[in-house]
Parts: sequence; structure tokens; C-alpha cells
Amino acid sequence: MADPATSLSFQDLILTLHDYWGRHGCLILQPYDMEVGAGTFHPATTLRSLGPQPWNAAYVQPSRRPTDGRYGENPNRLQHYYQYQVIMKPSPSNLQELYLGSLKAIGIDPLLHDIRFVEDDWESPTLGAWGLGWEVWCDGMEVSQFTYFQQMGGFDCKPVAGELTYGLERLAMYIQGVDSVYDLRFNSAVGDRPSASYGDVFLANEQQMSKWNFEVANTEKLFQWFRDCEAEAQASIAAGVPLAAYDQAIKASHVFNLLQARGVISVQERASYIGRVRDLAKGSCEAYIEKNRADWEANFPGWTL
Amino acid sequence: MADFLLELLCEEIPARMQAKAADDLKRLFAEKLADAGLKAEGLDAYVTPRRLALIAKGLPVETQAVSEEFKGPRTSAPAQALEGFLRKTGLTQDQLQDRDGVWFAVVEKPGRASVDVLAEAIPAIIRAFPWPKSMRWGNASVTTESLRWVRPLQGIVALLDGAVVPLEVDGIVSGRETVGHRFHSSGVVSIADAAAYQDALRGAYVIVDPAERQAIVEERAKVLAADAGYELIEDKGLVAENAGLTEWPVPLLGQFDPEFLEVPPEVIQLTLRINQKYFVLRDQAGKLAPAFICTANIEAKDGGKAIVAGNGKVLAARLSDARFFWQQDKKIPLAEQAKKLSRITFHEKLGTVSDKVERVANLAQWLADERIVPGCDPVLARQAAELCKADLVTEMVGEFPELQGLMGGYYAREEGLNAAVADAIRDHYKPVGQGDDVPTAPVTVAVALADKLDTLRSFFGIDEKPTGSRDPFALRRAALGVIQIITANGLRFPVAQGDLLDFFADRLKVQQKEAGVRHDLIDAVFALGRESGGGEDDLVRLLARVKALQSFVESEDGTNLLAGYKRAANILKKEDFAGSPTTALSYVPEAEEQALLSALDSAEEKAGQAVVAEDFAGAMSALASLRAPIDAFFDKVTVNDADSSKREARLGILIRIRNAVHQVADFSKIEG
Repeated sequence: MADPATSLSFQDLILTLHDYWGRHGCLILQPYDMEVGAGTFHPATTLRSLGPQPWNAAYVQPSRRPTDGRYGENPNRLQHYYQYQVIMKPSPSNLQELYLGSLKAIGIDPLLHDIRFVEDDWESPTLGAWGLGWEVWCDGMEVSQFTYFQQMGGFDCKPVAGELTYGLERLAMYIQGVDSVYDLRFNSAVGDRPSASYGDVFLANEQQMSKWNFEVANTEKLFQWFRDCEAEAQASIAAGVPLAAYDQAIKASHVFNLLQARGVISVQERASYIGRVRDLAKGSCEAYIEKNRADWEANFPGWTL
Repeated sequence: MADFLLELLCEEIPARMQAKAADDLKRLFAEKLADAGLKAEGLDAYVTPRRLALIAKGLPVETQAVSEEFKGPRTSAPAQALEGFLRKTGLTQDQLQDRDGVWFAVVEKPGRASVDVLAEAIPAIIRAFPWPKSMRWGNASVTTESLRWVRPLQGIVALLDGAVVPLEVDGIVSGRETVGHRFHSSGVVSIADAAAYQDALRGAYVIVDPAERQAIVEERAKVLAADAGYELIEDKGLVAENAGLTEWPVPLLGQFDPEFLEVPPEVIQLTLRINQKYFVLRDQAGKLAPAFICTANIEAKDGGKAIVAGNGKVLAARLSDARFFWQQDKKIPLAEQAKKLSRITFHEKLGTVSDKVERVANLAQWLADERIVPGCDPVLARQAAELCKADLVTEMVGEFPELQGLMGGYYAREEGLNAAVADAIRDHYKPVGQGDDVPTAPVTVAVALADKLDTLRSFFGIDEKPTGSRDPFALRRAALGVIQIITANGLRFPVAQGDLLDFFADRLKVQQKEAGVRHDLIDAVFALGRESGGGEDDLVRLLARVKALQSFVESEDGTNLLAGYKRAANILKKEDFAGSPTTALSYVPEAEEQALLSALDSAEEKAGQAVVAEDFAGAMSALASLRAPIDAFFDKVTVNDADSSKREARLGILIRIRNAVHQVADFSKIEG
């Protein structure tokens, strides 16, 4: 859409979004330091969407989807990519306007480009969560997910949080007008220091991690890790440390994704593994609620679970 | 008379829900008004992605005053009766009228202002609105009792003859201000009255009427196609969807690289229609054209160049994925792909998809070997069945599951397999539902039938039967498909037994209902031989029998014979008679008795022969010959004779009537 040389670089895209959402009252958080499949898994979204206390945050979350790896050979698919996540609770009445403002901030002119909200309800079987919303289209391309959380971990969201997820690589490819993710300008040239491409930073990672995900990872160990994470999560729930339990649930979820990539989980086993991860996530949410419930009830009169 | 405008402004309503929402709004509004005794002269509902609107024309400004009269107790009645009457009417004794010794109450209900009725009705409609899925949002959502709407409700315009109807729903207060197009209009749009609504919004780049937006999409798309030398492939569903995604629809034409056309046209169409909501075009020769039409929601500053470029890019990425899948899949023969099916579980108790394929192949070959499917080559049937599920593991079907079967057919042809095999792979899922084509090519018939029958037998075998609305393995659809294939091709074989046969009977009743076949007659024929564990299991014969039966029972002879049969059956039931059928009489019979016995001898034999010859009309007419003798018998002969030997013999004659009729159908199941 724009001149690749003058449009926002990948890192400037992130900085612009940080600046924008920071100005609109969001805490600018850092990525969660664990392997997750999407920005939603960050406890700043999952756990903070529970309970009555207001919460507004934005962050970048590196996301790993082992089965999407293509050894660096597909211009659009990656096993490791970035999501930009905004969570606002309760959902403000002008959330759509705020979102559209962020598109303008990164250089998308809504009188030149066709922005549309297309029905897309969201459901995460592993988190026991669902919400209603849209995928946002820009000239026919999905650039964001926009969701009003209705339930998390099997619990009603009271109040409802609004969640925005931007696919950063895709958005950047659009803004820079490039056809391959590896051609994205990661930053801008400064003086005699040339700019780096996304490929400079991540191509080797995609090649090696695809190989590891699909071919190398020791499945016996993965199965064992899954069992260990599951046990550790259950022990943490019992010990009343839900934040630690949730970490283990995330780990179990990622190990499950790796097992899927290795192709060692059959169709019917798949449902059972998803059920086990969901139980851990739900158990963590439940323990998190139990831990905070008295405070919430004291500080938010009239609030009930 | 006054005009009323209601607009409910909200965040984007899913396109697929809009038409029904407009209808629901109209219906609920009319109902609420009728409850209050109001009726508008004209009622129109409109819907866009962001608003649901209603205009009621010619609404009375108030409801009619009504005077109701109630008759009370006599003036001489005890005091309690009068007190009760006063309580009921809410009047005092001096307000009653004494008319010839009887108390009468006249209750005057004054008219109510329509504005009050509306102020009450609108919030009630909003709260109870039947969205297929609704949600909570914002500050109010701290409780689950808060207002639910399809997406956050933002504003309410309610104007009666230009004056705001004051109302409030969960903190949203009615007014006259709304907003225009998201990007072409800023600030508020103030609405003077109902008549000004559509024009005011048109000025703010919103076309309120969905029919008008649809017309724009369709007509403009046709013109764009023609200008490019193509023809639009019409798609009403896509027109409605695009009109449901835009308040100011602007169709735009773009091109894609003709090299993508090496991919089967169904794949391209699916990508364009389902994933991108684009219209598809055909060229002069009727082939898919390398172009698309997308529908934007803005009049772009550059005339749409950037939008077309962006959409073209997205499409190219999707089509190159599809071409990659096509090229990859073609490299692997279907027989190789089929081996991977052993890794996919069909059902935990029914083994892998490979196991299923093996069963289907055996069954398809048997159907051919036994000549149940006439003219079917068993070798080809087996080959087609063995390959019919192979496309499930192809990249293309992984991406577009709805192309299962179709892609297998393409890959089979690319591989150079026999055309009958390729067609069978392509069409073996058919028919999918009542309106779908039913296979007639022999190899396809064998595989399609074997696949569905195996599914039914397998799931019934592990006791996974549909219950109520639960039918997770789509067994009802499979049974319907079997019935359609069997009846369309006249296939003769025992389709099932036991529970599964009963299941077929139920599906057959549903399926035949549309053709006007009575369900009780189907029951009557299915019931044949059930007691002895048999039961009619040849659907072709069954339907022929039902057809003959229906024309018979709807004739005069049939109606009377049925009446005679029921009379005989009732007597037998009442007498609880356990004797045997009478063949000869030990006493001097009445003339009508003897005549009936002779008629039974002849009718039983003729009907029996006709049934064996599957001449069911002949069997019915043999039974028809019994009608007069039976009528005469009941007219003249007393069954319950004082002489017990006569009584038993006559009851035995009734048994023969029943048995004779049961050669054709179990008449006790016939209604009326």
C-alpha cells in the first residue's frame, strides 16, 4: 500500500501502538516469558479478565504455533510470530473508535482503505473461554481480532473485557507493501547503519525450529514433560498458588502443541489432551478466583461470582 | 394519526442475522401494539450492519376508550355475592345499575396516549429480542442480568410525529440523534421525524433499506463484469451478505493472474466466495474468468485503486496456497494417500478410516457381484471404494473440507483412472439432503450406497443411535440417502433388520410425507411379519405395496373393507377369542355366512398369489371382493349366538377376515 522505504518499520509499528495505547490509559506490559500459542494466554489477559477490578493493558506477545512452521519457505506462515494484544476491562463504550484510531496512527487511512467488521465469534477450548466479536478486515485481509469476552475458564466475565489482537507481521507486510514476511524492514537505516530485515532476524530461527518441532523433538520426553506439567499444576492449585499453576498449564498446552507437530497424537487422543489442558486452565482460574474472591467482594460491593 | 420511527444503533450486526432481525422487530412491534389495541396502517423494518430500524405509519395517537359491561348478582342475592362483584369490578355499590332486579356494572377504560404505549413497549421488545446469539458488555456487565444484545447497543432513536418518545433501557436514553457512516460522516445526525429518516441518513452515506443496497451490489457488479467483457455468476446469498456488510456498498472489479486457473474452478470459487466474499465471473466461453468483484463500504479517495490492489494481493496469497496444494497433491497417487487413512480414527469403537474403507469396499463389491446394482463392474466398484476417502489426507481437502469427494474425483482423473471410478469418488457422498442429485451411474451407486449403509450398520452395531435432536454422526441423513438411492434406482435387497429397519421405517415416513404418502400406511406394511421376526425389508417392494394400499384405502371399497376389518378386530379383541380360523362349518349355516366363507376361500388364494407376484393392485382388488360379503355377514348374522359352537365358528370367521387382510398389510395400523 505504501512506499516500503518510508512506511513504518516493524519495530516502529510496535512503538507506535505502544505509544497510542499508552496514551489511552493502557499499561504497557512486556511479553510473558513463556512459550504460548497466542497473546490471550498471557496471564494479563486470561487471569486479569476474571473479577471486577478494572484492567487496561497492552503488550506484544511472541506466539508459537509449531504446526504452522514451514522451514522458512512459506512467505506467510511462521511457527513463531508476534501478536499485539490490548485488553480493556470493562470494555469501554468507544472501543471500536479507539481501535480505528490505532489504525490511523499506524498509517491506514479509512477513506482510502476498506475497513470492515466481519462476524467472528471466538472460542478457546483449551481455556474454556468464549466471546463474541469480529475479525477486522482491511481491503479483504484480516488484520485484527476484536472480541468481547463472555466467559473465561468456564466463569462468566463480570464485567466483560474487550480484547484486541493484531497480527503484527501481517499488518506490517500490508503497511510496507511486501509479499514475504522475510522481506519486512525490521527497523530503519540510521546513518551508515543499514536497516535489517525480518529474515535477517528470524529466518534461521524458522528453519531450525521447524526442524526441531517436526523432526527432532524427543517425543518420549515431551510426553513426560506433559505429565510433569500436569502434576505440577495440580500440586500448585492444591497449594493455593494459582499463578504458578497457570504457568504450568501454559507449559502443558505448549508441550501438547509440540506433540501435535510431531504427529504422535491421534484424533481421539487429541480431544482428551485438550480436555486435560482445559482442566488445568480452568482449575487455575478457579483457584485464582478463590484466592481473590474475598477482596473483590469487599472492594466491589454488590459484585458476586 | 401519527408516524413513528425507531432506530436501534449498535456495533456491527452479523450479516447472516440481519434479515431475520428486521422481521422479528416488525412482528414483535405489531404484537405489542395489538396487545394495547393499536394498529399501524403501514409497518416497515430496515437493517444495516449498524442499525435496526422500524417505521410505523398511520398510528392512532391514542388507544380507543372502551366501555365494558358486566352482569352481576340479583339485587336480592346475599350480601357476599354483591361484595364479590364489587371487588371484581373495582366499583362501589352506588356506581352499579339496577336493571330489573339485576346489578350491572359499566366500567369505562379511558384511551391511552400512544406515546405511553410505545414508551412501555419498546424497552420490552429490546429486552426480549430473539437474537440467535447475544452478549453483555461495558460497565453494566458486572452482573449477568444486564441487557443482552447482538453486539453493544449504542443508541435509541424513538420519534412519534417528530417528538422524542421518552424511554430508557439499561442507561441508554432515547433521543433524535444517531450517527452516519463510520468514515464518510462525522458527528451526529439529527432526525426530524420518521419521514426524514432515510434521506437524513442517505446524506450521511448510509442506505438504510437492505433491498436498495442489494440492488446496488447486484446491478453495479453486473455492469462492472460486462464492462470487462465477462458475465457475473449470480449469487443471491453473496449479494445479501455483501449488502449486510456495508452501509454504502461500492462494488469494485479486480483481476488475478490467469495462471491460477490451472486449479479446479470449484477451488477458486470457494476461495473467492467463502473466504473473501467476492463475486466470481465467467468469460464468453462460460469458463471461470481471472477476475473478481469485491464490495467496499466506502467511496475511496482514489476511486478504489488501493482497495482493489489490497484485495488482489490477499487473493493472490490465497490462490497461491491453493495452487501449491493442487500441485503437491497431484504428485501422490490416491492409492498412496489411502494408506495414510490407517492413521485416522473413524470412531474409537469402529477402528480407523482404513478399516471403514475396507468394509465399504467389500460391501460395494458384494452389491455388484450379487447384481443388486445392475450393470456394475465389481472390480471398478471395489477400486472406487478403496480410493473414495483418500482425498481426506490431501492438502487441499485439509484446507477446504467441503471439497471432499470433489477433489478425489479430480485427482483420480489426473492420475488417469477409469472415468467411472473418478465419478464414483467424486459423487459418493451424494445425495446430501432431500434436494441433492441422487447417483445413477452404477459404480457410483454401489460406492455411495455401501458407504452410507456401512456407517448406519456400524453405528447401530455399537448402539450409537440418534436420540431426539442429537445425531452427531448424521445417521438420519445417511438413512435418507440410502432410501433415495434405493428408490431412485429400484434396487432390490434386504436393507436392514431389527432396530435399523425400524429406523429406516421412520426415515421413510418423513421422506415420503412430502410425496403425500401416509405414514400409517407405511407402518401398516412395515408391520407385516414383524411378530414372527421378519418384517418387510425390501424398500422397493414396500413402497409399491404402500402405493397400492393408499389408492385402495382411499377408494369406497377400501374404506368399507377397513370398517369391516375394524369391526371384526374389535369383536375379537372384546371377546378375547383364542380359537382357530374357521374353514368348514358343522351346522347349517346362514346364507351370508356361507357366502362369506366362499368369498374368503377365493380372496385369500387370489390375494396370496398376487402378493407373491408383487401385483399389489391385484391383491387389493381380491380383498375388495370381500367387502360386500362382509357387510352382508355383519348385517344378517349374529356372531354372539347362544349356541357356543356357532359363536366359536363365527369368531373363527372373523379371524379369517383379519388374516386375509393381513396378507397385504396390517390394517390395525391404519388410521380412520
